[in-house]
Amino acid sequence: MIDTIINSVYLFAAVLFIFAIKGLTHVKTARRGNFLSALAMFIAIVATVVKMQISGQIGWGFIIAGFVIGGAMGAIVSQKVKMTAMPQMVAIFNGMGGGASVAVAASYFLRTNELGVVLGVSDSITTIIGVIIGAVTLTGSFIAFSKLQGIIKGKPILFPGNNILNIVLFLVVLVLSVLIVFGIGDSLLLFFILVCVALLLGILLVTPIGGADMPVVISLLNSYSGLAAAAAGFILKNSVLVISGALVGASGIILTRIMCKAMNRSLTNVLFGGFGQKEEGKKDTSEYENVKSCEADEAAIILDNADSVIFVPGYGLAVAQAQHAVKELADLLKKKGKKVAYAIHPVAGRMPGHMNVLLAEANVPYEHLHDLDSINPEFKNTDVVIIIGANDVVNPAATKEKSSPIYGMPILNTHEARTVIVIKRSLSAGFAGIKNKLFEHTNTLMFFEDGKAAVKKIVQEFKEL
Amino acid sequence: MISLFALVALFILAIFVGFEVITKVPPTLHTPLMSGTNAISGIIIVGALLCIPDSSPGVANILGMIAIIMASINVFGGYLVTDRMLKMFKRKND
Repeated sequence: MIDTIINSVYLFAAVLFIFAIKGLTHVKTARRGNFLSALAMFIAIVATVVKMQISGQIGWGFIIAGFVIGGAMGAIVSQKVKMTAMPQMVAIFNGMGGGASVAVAASYFLRTNELGVVLGVSDSITTIIGVIIGAVTLTGSFIAFSKLQGIIKGKPILFPGNNILNIVLFLVVLVLSVLIVFGIGDSLLLFFILVCVALLLGILLVTPIGGADMPVVISLLNSYSGLAAAAAGFILKNSVLVISGALVGASGIILTRIMCKAMNRSLTNVLFGGFGQKEEGKKDTSEYENVKSCEADEAAIILDNADSVIFVPGYGLAVAQAQHAVKELADLLKKKGKKVAYAIHPVAGRMPGHMNVLLAEANVPYEHLHDLDSINPEFKNTDVVIIIGANDVVNPAATKEKSSPIYGMPILNTHEARTVIVIKRSLSAGFAGIKNKLFEHTNTLMFFEDGKAAVKKIVQEFKEL
Repeated sequence: MISLFALVALFILAIFVGFEVITKVPPTLHTPLMSGTNAISGIIIVGALLCIPDSSPGVANILGMIAIIMASINVFGGYLVTDRMLKMFKRKND
């Protein structure tokens, strides 16, 4: 009876999670969605505690200690973290989810072992899967965090035989799993080794990946953290864990696909660790010719004569903390009756949707933020495009030159606008390491300056007109 | 107890539901979506609770507590930071 009630409550919580995510499909309903999600979590926790209390099997001391320590840490991080550091925070949270799954699986395994219970084949398999996914997520996320935080260098760390070692480790994991499932040897010792190997595998899977590819990695690890929770649900035969884990898994996979598409990489390429290495292709690194540059006064006059302006922010804008200055310029332009919009490439930030959050923080209304598909048809009718700290995502070679390594990558068609002003410190190459012919276009003006300083100067000149 | 088969069915159906719903989330909200799903993956806290059936200082219980700590970082941190971000999304006339 009580089990039925508890299971019904779990099901209710799971449905609530789905409604919660549905809330996230519109900005207006998003906060309510997040609240519903928290409510669902609260209900699931209370139901579990009630169930444990009724059966008299509950260790309050450990539970309260865990909640207090973890809750305080989570609350502090959530209030202190800077919006630019959001990718690191999500990476570390992914790791926490994975780590918790490993701990749950290991605790379950130890307890059954202590009690002398021999796990059935299906129970062993689900436990092992939970441990492997959780462990890879834990250490993989820590490496991703370290790269994003700059604790270890962002460049791919690839030693000779790295991929072969990964394959060997994977085989070791398989062999250990088979031995544990069939109860051959000291299963406790084998289990311990399995955890260690999986943790090592998580490190080695992420170290070869370059810092620029981290958006793909954290999206994928996001998915893994959900799958790890689902795996724990299979171990404990718990419906709410399985359903919510699956939702998170699906979410991460969708975001991974979006990121892959935006970076011109295939998902298989990502899954099998082949990324970080540049694809083959003729790299055009020839010298720039006929580059025209401008200063703030000229830029201000051009803007004054324009009717429509589109800003294209790249991560360079966030690094320079130029979003507030850009907002000021945009407000000035709007006051003069000009049409202003922002074009956001999917990989403009360091994670999916990152640039949107950074601009929202600078009080840019979300209606002004446009994604690639909706803004691309607009460029040819636009007077001025201002590109700040973006490079590869506006390189027309992606659509025009079949031999280019970025050929096929979706770009913002800024070159179709009447005038393009590129704010950039120098003519240095972006992540792809190639020349950007946009900088040589007859309608392009280069403004060589730091993003924030440049926009501030333009604002100054514009006010004096 | 739910049978393993029923759970697998739930898992597959939930993946499909997830795909349907999440593909409709606009790119503007992808970062809050990630931090929000971070919090949801903290549902592992339910599993962590079940790992602590008594107060004996055994390794299994301590692992359970570690799981609760990690999961509640996710839960509390995830929901709070998502709310903090969503609060910043403003409309034109606000």
